[in-house]
Amino acid sequence: MTSLPEPRPGQKKLGLVIDLDICVGCHACATACKEWNASGHMGPLPDFNPYGDGAWGVWFNRIHSFEEGEGDGARTVHFPKSCLHCEEPACVTVCPTGASYKRAEDGIVLVDEAICIGCKLCSWACPYGAREFDADEGVMKKCTLCIDRIYNEHLAPEDRQPACVMVCPVNARHFGDLGDPGSEVSEIVARRAGGDLMPELGYKPVNKYLPPRAGRMAPAMPVAGGAPPPIDQPSAGDRVLRWVDRLLSR
Amino acid sequence: MHPALSIVFFTTASGAGFALLLLLGVAGPLGLLPSSASFGVAALALAGLLAIGGLASSVFHLGRPERAWRAFSQWRSSWLSREGVASVLTFLPAAVFSIGWVFFGVTSGLVGLCGILAAALAAATIYCTGMIYASLKPIHQWHNPWVVPNYFVLGLMSALLMLNFLVRLWQTRAPGVAVSALILVAVAWRLKERYWRSIDTTSAPSTVASATLLGSRGKVRMLEPPHTEENYLLKEMGFAIARRHRVRLRGIVRLAGFALPAFLTLLALLVGGVFGIVAAGLAIFSAALGIVVERWLFFAEAKHTVTLYYGAEAV
Repeated sequence: MTSLPEPRPGQKKLGLVIDLDICVGCHACATACKEWNASGHMGPLPDFNPYGDGAWGVWFNRIHSFEEGEGDGARTVHFPKSCLHCEEPACVTVCPTGASYKRAEDGIVLVDEAICIGCKLCSWACPYGAREFDADEGVMKKCTLCIDRIYNEHLAPEDRQPACVMVCPVNARHFGDLGDPGSEVSEIVARRAGGDLMPELGYKPVNKYLPPRAGRMAPAMPVAGGAPPPIDQPSAGDRVLRWVDRLLSR
Repeated sequence: MHPALSIVFFTTASGAGFALLLLLGVAGPLGLLPSSASFGVAALALAGLLAIGGLASSVFHLGRPERAWRAFSQWRSSWLSREGVASVLTFLPAAVFSIGWVFFGVTSGLVGLCGILAAALAAATIYCTGMIYASLKPIHQWHNPWVVPNYFVLGLMSALLMLNFLVRLWQTRAPGVAVSALILVAVAWRLKERYWRSIDTTSAPSTVASATLLGSRGKVRMLEPPHTEENYLLKEMGFAIARRHRVRLRGIVRLAGFALPAFLTLLALLVGGVFGIVAAGLAIFSAALGIVVERWLFFAEAKHTVTLYYGAEAV
């Protein structure tokens, strides 16, 4: 059913909180996502022409890198992006078949591959580019919030988290119930003034992004024309090492 | 947005087909058209072929065409589903209307009522087609009040140009249809110019800053894309080939889509006879070319917010 479920008081809203301040852009979350989901609920995630020019394939998580500011004050920000499991997901309501749906119990947005006709309209309706078409199977695919991990009783309780969250080496990703104001993720969002992507479109994403901390500006780099940095005279030990290096290089 | 040929053909052909059905359903019962069965066959068959051909073409766009029937189920929320339902419903009264007209020579009474009903449903179908695009908030060039009227008048314009040709095969003079066609060409041209001015002078509320929450230190720009190669999102939503030729393509739309059809229709109105038939026929071909280019541009000029994540600063 592509009509949205009526939100209930205390509605569970499972989602991710992504910390742009500490993401190092290692792409581990994208790789772990691809690995788990290629054989998971929405698998396979096909790749086309994987070893040649124009290689492309289905990914649920992609890491963009941006720069903001100019000169000394500029900063690089790595920006992972996956489905935001919106509260007002137009990707669901535009679906003509009922294949796209939002779960009433936890707010996860899913695609029923057995019903999807591959019209691609949901991917047009998503402002964030969360949905990718599987040209092999002719159906749309998307992030499941690792629904086959988070409820999976075959996994140890501490492993019942999305693959992208599990793998992050710097703890830049958090998973939890954003509908519960007392949850750990909600507290992080409140403390760090986490926000919505493109709030002006009214999709009310559940996933939140923590903006980079204001921090200190980078120290000024030496500029051309200034005094050159002093060159230390090589010590006796250095001179010996250089002589050895020259000797061995012959 | 990537202009898939199947969708370009679908929206132009079925738009013209349903608009022709709309005109026949209203003008037939009112006695404004030749009442002969042969005219009914020709006009209704043309409308049906265009409408059904367009719908069939849209099915080729699907990843799983064999499941197309499922698209009729979600009319409560989806404009695409509503369009499917409205288009199929249109064929029911249209069939009664066609049988009454062609086999019994009747276009009044219950048959006429079915004609009016088919016209209303055809109008609803065209409205739904426009709303599929106009309801998509991520695409500023589609999510605006000009899109639905544009679809509507371009459909009606194509239909009137076809009707102007058909009527001439049965009647020597048809000033009413020709004048209506001329008016519709003028209205369609005016609305298209307003649409172009609107998308040229406004931009989406979303920017790369609102898409990333960045910008506190100044201008935000892409440093690295996620992948070195293209992906589905860029192929489907990042299409930018025709934008470079925008001015030239708009010129083709103005000339082939509006100016020439208007001139040829005026010529047909003034001279009539065989020469008028030829002129009216050429007007259809010229308009078809112009509207296909127009629809191609409608897609190619549309910029999706996802491109903000791939280097676009505004959409």
